Amino acid sequence: MSCTSWAWLVLLFPLLGSIVIGLGFRALPAKTAGIIGTAAIGLAFACGVATLLCLLGEDPEARHHASSLWDYANAAGLDIKLGIFVDPLSVFMVLVVTGVSTLIHLYSFGYMQSDEGYRRFFSYLNFFVFSMLLLVLAGNFVLLIVGWAFVGFASYALISFWYRRGTATGAGMKAFVINVVGDIGLVLAAFLIFRELGSFDYETVFTKAPQVFSVNEWTITAICLLLLVGAFAKSAQLPLHTWLPDAMEGPTPVSALIHAATMVTAGVYLIARTHVLFDLAPTAADIAAFTGLATLLVAGTIALVMTDLKRAIAYSTMSQIGYMVVGVSIGAYSAGMFHLMTHAFFKALLFMVAGSIIAAMANRQNIDEMSGFGKAMRFTSAMLLIGGLALAAFPLTSGFFSKDEILAFAEARGGFYVIFTWLGYVGALLTAIYTFRLVFRILPGKACKEAQELIDTGHVVHAEPENPATGEVEDTDVGFPGSEHHIAEQSWPMKVAMGVLGFLALVGGLVQVPGVDDVIGKFLEPTFADSPLSHIHPTVGAEWEGLGIGGVISIVGIGIAYFLYVARPETPAMLIQRLRPAYTLFHNKWYFDELIDFLIVRPILGVGRFANRTFERLVVDGLVTGTAGTVRGAGGIVRLVQSGFVRSYALLLIAGFAGLALYFLIQSS
Amino acid sequence: MAIEWYVVLSSLIFAVGAMGILTRRSPIVILLCLELMLNAGNLALIAFSRMVGNQEGQVFALVVMVVAACEVVIGLGIIVAIFRRKLPLDVDELRELQG
Repeated sequence: MSCTSWAWLVLLFPLLGSIVIGLGFRALPAKTAGIIGTAAIGLAFACGVATLLCLLGEDPEARHHASSLWDYANAAGLDIKLGIFVDPLSVFMVLVVTGVSTLIHLYSFGYMQSDEGYRRFFSYLNFFVFSMLLLVLAGNFVLLIVGWAFVGFASYALISFWYRRGTATGAGMKAFVINVVGDIGLVLAAFLIFRELGSFDYETVFTKAPQVFSVNEWTITAICLLLLVGAFAKSAQLPLHTWLPDAMEGPTPVSALIHAATMVTAGVYLIARTHVLFDLAPTAADIAAFTGLATLLVAGTIALVMTDLKRAIAYSTMSQIGYMVVGVSIGAYSAGMFHLMTHAFFKALLFMVAGSIIAAMANRQNIDEMSGFGKAMRFTSAMLLIGGLALAAFPLTSGFFSKDEILAFAEARGGFYVIFTWLGYVGALLTAIYTFRLVFRILPGKACKEAQELIDTGHVVHAEPENPATGEVEDTDVGFPGSEHHIAEQSWPMKVAMGVLGFLALVGGLVQVPGVDDVIGKFLEPTFADSPLSHIHPTVGAEWEGLGIGGVISIVGIGIAYFLYVARPETPAMLIQRLRPAYTLFHNKWYFDELIDFLIVRPILGVGRFANRTFERLVVDGLVTGTAGTVRGAGGIVRLVQSGFVRSYALLLIAGFAGLALYFLIQSS
Repeated sequence: MAIEWYVVLSSLIFAVGAMGILTRRSPIVILLCLELMLNAGNLALIAFSRMVGNQEGQVFALVVMVVAACEVVIGLGIIVAIFRRKLPLDVDELRELQG
């Protein structure tokens, strides 16, 4: 079988899974639906591995294949095929997506067990994986947009999964609207590309672009900026990020899969995929890099003060994606993709841990109420520690190698790109502090009520299910989380999924150790070989130097967190008092929601109100009622003629004919 | 005989019929007057047909007669129905159909 056939199979299984579960949800037992869903993704992963092996069997230069099933649209000079493009980059993404998805499906198999919408959940989840795979495998911009929009819908459906929870449906709508803003950017970019290059096909576009455009010409810059709008909306970069923290209203496996590991990295993939265009528009690439830098710092500061466990991790996700965006924008393509992979491991793991702890807390997410879980949940705690260490880039964990590779590249590129290195280290310090803030708040200390119950009886506490955001009491019918909670200690699928991810988060970085091996860099090389920046390689010495600095910063950050939250637990409150303005700014998330509300929502509402009250009432209604009134008045006059006197009708008739006859007589004479 | 005579006679009969319709109130008389007008038309048709020298006008006259017969059947039917219901036989009284 050829490589593309395997890739088609990768797409087929999740789609089949989604359809089978979606159509048969009444007939299928819940367990079967879960098994089908998990198996479908597992098979997709197996096919992804087969694609990889097939690709590895070829000459590095020849590792790109386009294949199409049939014409998707063929009219008016437009020739779009239902085609996929298989090259190292797309196969890499396929493996990350299907691999992490398989584990998260397995986790959901246990975690969502008592949810009334179990089958619906797996159908959506499979649909999401299919959409994401379509996005990464698409062979032209049209299919990319299709996958892009499908993914947005899947995200909406899964955020609003507990659809009787008002905050969840609101968050879903917010995510959808902001994602559509991004979709519009992407669609406009595709239009511009078609106008200038006459094709949507990746291979044609990327070979023709350097011949048609000169560097930094305004059209190519516009194309890249529009692509960035799409990428920023999907990847939650400033200022289109506000949907991501709210998206935590969805079930925790969704947060792990969509809002940490896969979907939000689509923007990074987009920039890497269209790197040929960004190489031609360095200005746009720099804008992207600075946005990524701003995002990673802003999100890092917000994560420092969030008390909602999932939202804190969500801001950390934003911050880490900021690193990836910086990476792929300054030309550190393989480093950015490497960080994408390791981040998928440890961030999915952290969300799984969060899910387990939230379950133990009977669905409450406030870290102020948590303490002493170290003794109560040994496995979960170990995983939290591993995930935290990897996120904080502790030496020799996966995040350690991937994050520093981006920063080392920035330094090697020189010029003002050194800023990215130094501010990136500041971000790394923030990362270490906020990560271990969570760890030190949750694990040590005196066991809270829920943790104590777990230690004493081995049972998860039961509580009235309530909305963690508003405290409203919820019923446990369809559209709400089930009344039972499942923690990793008592559910083997969750344990297996977390164990595998924990292992990967620890050792995943070893595939790419400077001076030792360069697996991912070598594998992705053919994709990025045409980039003018591909010759930049930081020296091994510089990389180890960077790794040393990164390791020290990580340990210092963990030390600060230890000092603040364990050694002197009274200091944080004091610091909050001392730095009140900064705290208020961070706590209110830099007022981005308010800013967007003020700049966009309110003016649009104002225009709407004007249209309703003034334009609609006066102009539109005036026209409509005016027309109706005229017709009615005319009718009233004509009605008088209809008197009922037959003889008057006859008179009118005769007079009319006589008049006509007279007219023609006069005319003819 | 010249065509004018026929046309004049036909016009006179037509005018008599029209005046009858406009002035009389009994539906029976109105029907009779309608008949007069139709036959005035027939007369003109046949006269012109003879002048031109073909039979098309006569064919039309026959069609008009058929139409007139149908119209009389329906008209008289309505009048009988009015009579049966003991309504006044006066077109000015029967004026419920008004705007």
